[in-house]
Order: sequence, then structure tokens, then C-alpha cells
Amino acid sequence: MTPADLLARLAELAGSALRDGQVRLGHATALAERTALADLLRVCRDDAALRFDMLMDLTAVDYLTYPGREQAPRFEVVYHLYSVSHNHRLRVKVEVDEDDPVVPSAVPLWPIANWFEREVWDMFGIRFAGHPDLRRLLLYEEFVGHPLRKDYPVNRRQPLVGPRN
Amino acid sequence: MGVGDFFTTTLDAALGWARKYSIFQYPFVTACCGMEYMATACSHYDVDRFGAGLPRFSPRQADVLFVVGTISHKMAPVLRRVYDQMTEPKWVVAFGVCTCTGGFYDNYATVQGIDTILPVDVYIPGCPPRPESVLDGLMKLQDKIAAGRQRY
Repeated sequence: MTPADLLARLAELAGSALRDGQVRLGHATALAERTALADLLRVCRDDAALRFDMLMDLTAVDYLTYPGREQAPRFEVVYHLYSVSHNHRLRVKVEVDEDDPVVPSAVPLWPIANWFEREVWDMFGIRFAGHPDLRRLLLYEEFVGHPLRKDYPVNRRQPLVGPRN
Repeated sequence: MGVGDFFTTTLDAALGWARKYSIFQYPFVTACCGMEYMATACSHYDVDRFGAGLPRFSPRQADVLFVVGTISHKMAPVLRRVYDQMTEPKWVVAFGVCTCTGGFYDNYATVQGIDTILPVDVYIPGCPPRPESVLDGLMKLQDKIAAGRQRY
């Protein structure tokens, strides 16, 4: 399906869960509502025409210092979906507020989301509701802060931890 | 009193000579410096001619800990535990700039020099150090080992 067809199909299935859809440089990007995100992702995976059976990437962006987005929510969680059977791709974005950084987890749909969401929690501090084991992935547990946020000071030093028994 | 000193200093010299020519190193390799370590240890820049040709991959059997490659904060407790498990006499070589000072990884995840967690005897800078630098560091370590004294 072409990117425009993808967005049309998604709009007819998801309705109000899809807030905006764009095709840019040959790729489709869908902006979703956070409250209906789980349903929209399920539709993406299960519908026969879409069949996005592969979650390629799950990451987040911090727009704190981005010019022109001061009024918009601070974070965006981005899902890159791919369909092996139909060979088409989709990017789904959802805006996340700084004071309530919770997003429904994609683990029930794609198990690979487990480690992607742990990395997003580790680096950005965005929680995933329904994740079976949300803890840090790349850094150690005693680490203070979330380093990929734009307000993490670049030269902060962390405490060293000794061997655990 | 003078004669006793002659025997103990001769014994120290003999032990120092024996230890410096029979180094059992533990190559704690984590990153790219491992390639240069392997190059140094293999036939062209042979480390066996210094008597240091047998790496022991157990801290109980080793006396020199070569920390080769970047140490992250998550790896630091493991390194400390390995060091603690080694028996005396033991020496530590910081191989490469990542272990000396953190190297060019001046960030939240890298230990800025292993001397913040271990006592280091020889620092070998370089990213990665050429095998000649490594052999120079090894010879400096041998001088340090030879000059060591027993506590009687």
C-alpha cells in the first residue's frame, strides 16, 4: 500500500485515535492520541491490509530546546512499524507531557518492545504502563537521572558503586 | 646487623628477578585496546620473550591485572571484585587512555580513569597504544616489580 493509502486505511479504522497523518519524502507518519494509542497499535498489527507484524524501533525525542515547540508537549514517543508480508512501513508518534510521562506499553503486541521501552525509561524517564519489568537497561540501578533529556548536565559525575554481594 | 641486610637485600633482588620474568597477566579486555593487546602478545611483537607469555583468565592464578579497554560504571564493580580476588603480590596496568583517564568518553557512563577504583602501577596511554608502547610499559612494570621489597 502506498503511504497515503496506509494513512487512509488507518483513519477509517482508528477514527479519533489518529490525530494527524502526513506523508513526507515517501514515508507515512501518523500522530496518535495517547489515550487511544493501544487500540491504534493493535489495529496496525491485526488488520489484514496493514499487518504491521514487526516493531522495528521504539524511541523517544525530547523537544525541550527545539525552536518553535515551546507550547507543545515535551516528549514524543516514536514507533517504527514494518510489515513483512506487505513490505510497507509506518511511523507512529505520540506526544507525551512532561508532568505525566506515561504511555501504554506495546509489550502485549510486540514482545521486542520490552527492551526498547526499558531503554526509553532509562534514557528519558518515560514510564510504560503495563510493562512487566520496567528497569534500567544500559545504565546501573543507582544512576541518578535520565541522561538523554536535554536538561541533563553534560559533565555531571555519578557515584561509583562497589561490588554487590 | 650489616650482614643480615646483605642476605635480605640479595633475597629481595632474587625474588624481584624471578617475579619480573614470570608475569602471569590477567587481560581484562573490554574494548578495542584488546586488539592491540593481542597484537602485542602474538608472534610479531612477542610478549613471551619477556616471560609474560601465559595469560591466566582467572584472578586466582594471575599476578598482573591488565585492564584493557573502556570500563563503564556498570562494569566497575566487576573489575573491583576481580582485583579483590587476586592474591598478593599483584600489580595493575592501565592499558589505553580509557582506563587511564576515561579517554575521549567524557560522559555519564564511563569511569574517568580506573585509578578511581583501583591502585594502578603503570599507565600506558594511547588510543590504542602501539605495541612498542605496551612493551615499554611492560618493561617499566618489570622495573617496578624488580624493585619491590618483602616485608620481613
